[in-house]
Amino acid sequence: MDKVLEVKDLEVSFFTHAGEVKAVRGVNFEVRKGETLAIVGESGSGKSVTTQSIMKLIPMPPGKFVGGSILFEGQDLVHKSDREMESIRGKEIGMIFQDPMTSLNPTMKVGRQIVEGLMKHEKISQSDAKKRAIELLDKVGIPMPDKRANQYPHEFSGGMRQRAMIAIALATKPKLLIADEPTTALDVTIQAQILELMNELQEEFGTSIIFITHDLGVVANVADRVAVMYAGQIIETGTVDEIFYNPKHPYTWGLLSSMPDLTNEEEELTAIPGSPPDLVNPPKGDAFALRSAYAMKIDFEYEPPMFQVSDTHFAKTWLLHRDAPKVEPPPIVQKRIQYFREKKQGKGEPNGSR
Amino acid sequence: MFIYILKRLFFMIISLLVIVTATFGLMRAAPGGPFTGEKELPPAIQANLNAFYGLDQPWYKQYFDYLVSIAQWDFGPSFTYKGQTVNDLINNGFPVSFYLGMEAILVAVAVGILLGTIAALKHNEWQDYGAMIIAVLGISVPSFIIASVFQYFLAMKLGLFPVARWDSFMHSVLPALALATTPMAFIARLTRSSMLEVLSNDYIRTAKSKGLSKNVIILRHTIRNALLPVVSYMGPLISAILTGSFIIEKIFGIPGLGMHFVTSITNRDYTTIMGVTVFFSILLLVSILLVDIAYGLIDPRIQIAGKKGD
Repeated sequence: MDKVLEVKDLEVSFFTHAGEVKAVRGVNFEVRKGETLAIVGESGSGKSVTTQSIMKLIPMPPGKFVGGSILFEGQDLVHKSDREMESIRGKEIGMIFQDPMTSLNPTMKVGRQIVEGLMKHEKISQSDAKKRAIELLDKVGIPMPDKRANQYPHEFSGGMRQRAMIAIALATKPKLLIADEPTTALDVTIQAQILELMNELQEEFGTSIIFITHDLGVVANVADRVAVMYAGQIIETGTVDEIFYNPKHPYTWGLLSSMPDLTNEEEELTAIPGSPPDLVNPPKGDAFALRSAYAMKIDFEYEPPMFQVSDTHFAKTWLLHRDAPKVEPPPIVQKRIQYFREKKQGKGEPNGSR
Repeated sequence: MFIYILKRLFFMIISLLVIVTATFGLMRAAPGGPFTGEKELPPAIQANLNAFYGLDQPWYKQYFDYLVSIAQWDFGPSFTYKGQTVNDLINNGFPVSFYLGMEAILVAVAVGILLGTIAALKHNEWQDYGAMIIAVLGISVPSFIIASVFQYFLAMKLGLFPVARWDSFMHSVLPALALATTPMAFIARLTRSSMLEVLSNDYIRTAKSKGLSKNVIILRHTIRNALLPVVSYMGPLISAILTGSFIIEKIFGIPGLGMHFVTSITNRDYTTIMGVTVFFSILLLVSILLVDIAYGLIDPRIQIAGKKGD
């Protein structure tokens, strides 16, 4: 399969009064045509910075590319000028943001906000663009699109606004869609609708999607592959099945066990203790060691390399070294894995909390 | 929309009534009168004068007579300017103040928004610091000092403009600039801070992610939304500037309305005080109404006329 996007050793820092915040510390991943890559991690893990770097939406300064490259269809975006990026943003790469309440301009009609992007990138008349905008609103499931196009965002509900955002992002049929927690601000039933809509549109347009979330339940529903981010690095990556049935990194175990689940009412939710490390002075060795129950002496001294588990599955933990003691995931994670497997046999796909 | 304006007009009349009553009461409550002077007037003349201007009537009669005449747009004769009515004073003074005021407002708004926008776009760069130094100077240096500085350097030293008086457009430049400085500085600061706020909004990032260029984002998505605070400041500003600044008019010897406003108080010129106050209030109320309507036009979330049809 051809790669649409390839991120190599990306390092992004913010230079603040407190010092250099190393928000992204050497990230590698690729997105292939038509697939969905989910990037999972807690707040501050660098997932949004990574994806906003792809669009070059990071305010610079204080942000700065310290190293690495972002290859989009073979061309490096890191060295592109603002002007060159304008013809990539919105045309080749579309983006959906977390909060649909604030992501649309409150003083501009929704239709106009779609038309704007179309007219920037395509040679198209105002009235044709308007027609296309109405078609798009219809496509994303907004009833009475011709009337809705003439309304302002405050006349839309949250779910409707996110649909309008999707219409904006997909207006020019981009090759890559970056969805930065698109369902986090929505309630659960609307979430499911939006995810379904994104799946449908992906099939129709063949768009590749990078889906950022901290909700593993959502991941199971949408992703082909998963990258787990922690402290500005990807610490485990694999197919959805590999991450859910055979997680290797203690942090991934932590995420899986802190996932709310309707099936185990008696069990308490386990939280990952502590908080993410300070990225001004990232810890020596494994960044997760301080919070990990499985930390070994070496974790505090040397940073682990990426160990290969299978052709597609990699994890960055010393536990995979041949000299490391054999450690099994904690019981709650094993129970979950068991549960996912059973569910898969029943439904044909892994499923999380929802 | 029509009903909304009617409703607003109704409330404006009520506010005016309150203003008239309060001014009337306060004025009568202060000791002394228009004919109190250093030289005592003979009682007969005093009584005559009082009878002529109706001051011998009981206060409630005076009050209601006054209300009736105001309703007919008749502010009565001036007590101090013999042979002139307050209407004459307003008719002569207001056009001058209006001309000067509009010139000052145009300068203040245009330069203020420009400075504020530049400062916001070049946030924390020298352009920003430069614009804000100008703004702080404009706010903190009183207008009479600025006026004198202008007169000294631009008029006397360089001879670019006349020093004072009111004859031609050139005569209006210096007073208009002096009058515009403070509101201009204020508008610059307002624009800058609200621009910065708007620029940090998520929808600016959305606009950027659509591939729009920086200039388009600023023109189409930022300035309009950033102007709301400026528009709301415009209401009081317009009426304050239009009725004229007493100080500037005094310094430049301009026969505007502001001068009458102040001299009438020291003269105990009852009818002029009342007339100018009522006139000022009407201007204020109308400009606030205009601002509210403009607000609704700029921000669709503010619906002034209730639910629009459909």
